[in-house]
Amino acid sequence: MTTPLLQVRDLTVEFVTRRGVLRALDRVSFDIARGEVLGVVGESGAGKSVTGSAVIGLIDPPGRIAGGEVLLAGERVDNLPPEELRRVRGKRIGMIFQDPLTSLNPLYRIGDQLVETIRTHTTLSASAARKRAVDLLAEVGISAPEKRIDSYPHQFSGGMRQRVVIALALCAEPELVIADEPTTALDVSVQAQIITVLKRMCRDHGTAVMLVTHDMGVIAETADRVAVMYAGRVIEIGRVADVVGHPLHPYSQGLMGAIPTLTGTEGRLAQIPGSMPRLSAIPPGCPFNPRCAKAYAPCPTVRPDLTAFDRHPVACHLYDPAYAPREVAA
Amino acid sequence: MKPAPLVEVRGLRRVFDVSPPLLNRIVEGKPRQFLTAVDEVSLTIDRGETFALVGESGSGKSTVARMVVGLLPPSAGEVTIAGVSMTGRAAANERRRVRRRMQMIFQDPYASLNPRWRVDRIVAEPIRAFNLIQGEAAIRARVGELLGFVGLHPADGVKYPHEFSGGQRQRIAIARALASDAEFIVCDEPTSALDVSVQAQILNLMRDLQDRLGLTYLFISHNLAVVRHMASRIGVMYLGRVVEIGDGRGLFTAPKHPYTRMLLDAVPDLAHVGRRREPVRGEIPNPIDPPSGCTFNPRCPYANERCRAEVPALLEGVACHGYHERRIPTGPPALAIDAPAIEAPAA
Repeated sequence: MTTPLLQVRDLTVEFVTRRGVLRALDRVSFDIARGEVLGVVGESGAGKSVTGSAVIGLIDPPGRIAGGEVLLAGERVDNLPPEELRRVRGKRIGMIFQDPLTSLNPLYRIGDQLVETIRTHTTLSASAARKRAVDLLAEVGISAPEKRIDSYPHQFSGGMRQRVVIALALCAEPELVIADEPTTALDVSVQAQIITVLKRMCRDHGTAVMLVTHDMGVIAETADRVAVMYAGRVIEIGRVADVVGHPLHPYSQGLMGAIPTLTGTEGRLAQIPGSMPRLSAIPPGCPFNPRCAKAYAPCPTVRPDLTAFDRHPVACHLYDPAYAPREVAA
Repeated sequence: MKPAPLVEVRGLRRVFDVSPPLLNRIVEGKPRQFLTAVDEVSLTIDRGETFALVGESGSGKSTVARMVVGLLPPSAGEVTIAGVSMTGRAAANERRRVRRRMQMIFQDPYASLNPRWRVDRIVAEPIRAFNLIQGEAAIRARVGELLGFVGLHPADGVKYPHEFSGGQRQRIAIARALASDAEFIVCDEPTSALDVSVQAQILNLMRDLQDRLGLTYLFISHNLAVVRHMASRIGVMYLGRVVEIGDGRGLFTAPKHPYTRMLLDAVPDLAHVGRRREPVRGEIPNPIDPPSGCTFNPRCPYANERCRAEVPALLEGVACHGYHERRIPTGPPALAIDAPAIEAPAA
């Protein structure tokens, strides 16, 4: 068996604040294979963006990686010195942020920004880099790239800017792209275009993608596998069709039921009582237990680990044969 | 006979002056510029129903909402609520009476509540402004009741807005809207700032309150799935105009306007795991300089000469020459079509 491109093992991220240490990620583990799209979903505060930042080494003080490891193609990247980390970042791991306007420098022409990135990571000459920049712009669907390459970011619409950001992330042909809410700031019709571009680029270049979003619809159409996060933990992970079609964790079940669909949901939407706990007050045991209708004896005390009891790994005592024979909701 | 609709909007139009400053116009010889945000919008909302306006950013849906509640005077056209014209010059007291019965819920619950006021004062404000209840004790009792309506505890009234989560704040905003015994509530993207599980709570609450109090909603959203869930009738807006209007089921199962069809095809949905998507063509053009004729024509696969020259009128609930000439396909949206994902050249 080949080594997965990205392995995250028991990753723990903490933020030291005046009011104590907040644990934003708690022993998060997952793999991404080459060319695979892994969706990471969760509501605000679930830790999905922190996961993306931790993988690419963008956790700034007071945050710190307090435990676990991140392996890229079998080599650890979480403990690299800043110089070496900078070479991995951009070259082997690309990043796409939510807001395309803040990821582009408003004072430089987009061509210059592309050429600078290309020349930082490759040995191409200035003219060859410019040619490559034009090709990249054409590839992400910008018409007349020879003309548009000398435009400034403000001359582009939101969707066009996000295409430029994708081109920037792909400049150095990275093995992994972390896309943090790449379509959240965009309208649906533009969102559809961006998803299409992202998917095609990954297929053509064999790039793996970690797609962080709160939009289950985007995940359902784009990702191969999906990890559901809650209160800084991965609580369920599996193939998209399995997790969306047959969610195992009560939180995932509630989440899927809460989303209105185009085919029409008559009556009431499923409703999860309460809201995501604050990082300063994550309940012991299973963090979801105070909101869970099926919580029982072990839930408030014993932390469930991600285990493949059923179709795919889930962190829930309901599926653990070691505890009382409970009716498993399937 | 059908009862008269609660809200009637006729020929609504709003033009914004987006000219450069006077000095620039004189020195640089720049012309005045106008942006028509809303044009020729007509719709009716029946008592007790939910009417939704959907569209992408810049389509003018929020501008319509603001004109309906009177936050923005229309450039032309008329809004009539409960038989009283809200835009005419006559009958100021009549208007004041009607205005009490309409309220608005805004998108951002962090910006729409005064952070320096306690919740009970926020909720009581419409009661005091319209002088509905006399006596502090009676007002306090009413505020407690309203907080109970929206699923909060009456004792929460002494807290400040920052002590609540986004969903709870939106509940406070709903309680405030109900405080003046409103029967018509304009909701401008009420759940866009909320997480999905909280969104479900708020949408359920809004429906429960509608059943209980017989409320009428004008619901503004860009989220088609939310609109499908909430609305009995839907208007689709594109560049300031209503391009299609119809009941929820019909609009979603048999869209008539090519733009509606494109939107439905573009929305990622849970039901479409691994779907190959229909390519979407182009982007919304600049509203300062909209295309001639039907404003959708540059992105429309069925556009012809007439579409480029003549603005289509809203007939049989759709504003499209192609539909009226029976030259575009109808039927269910192409959700299941396994079309190759080709990127159309962008405008």
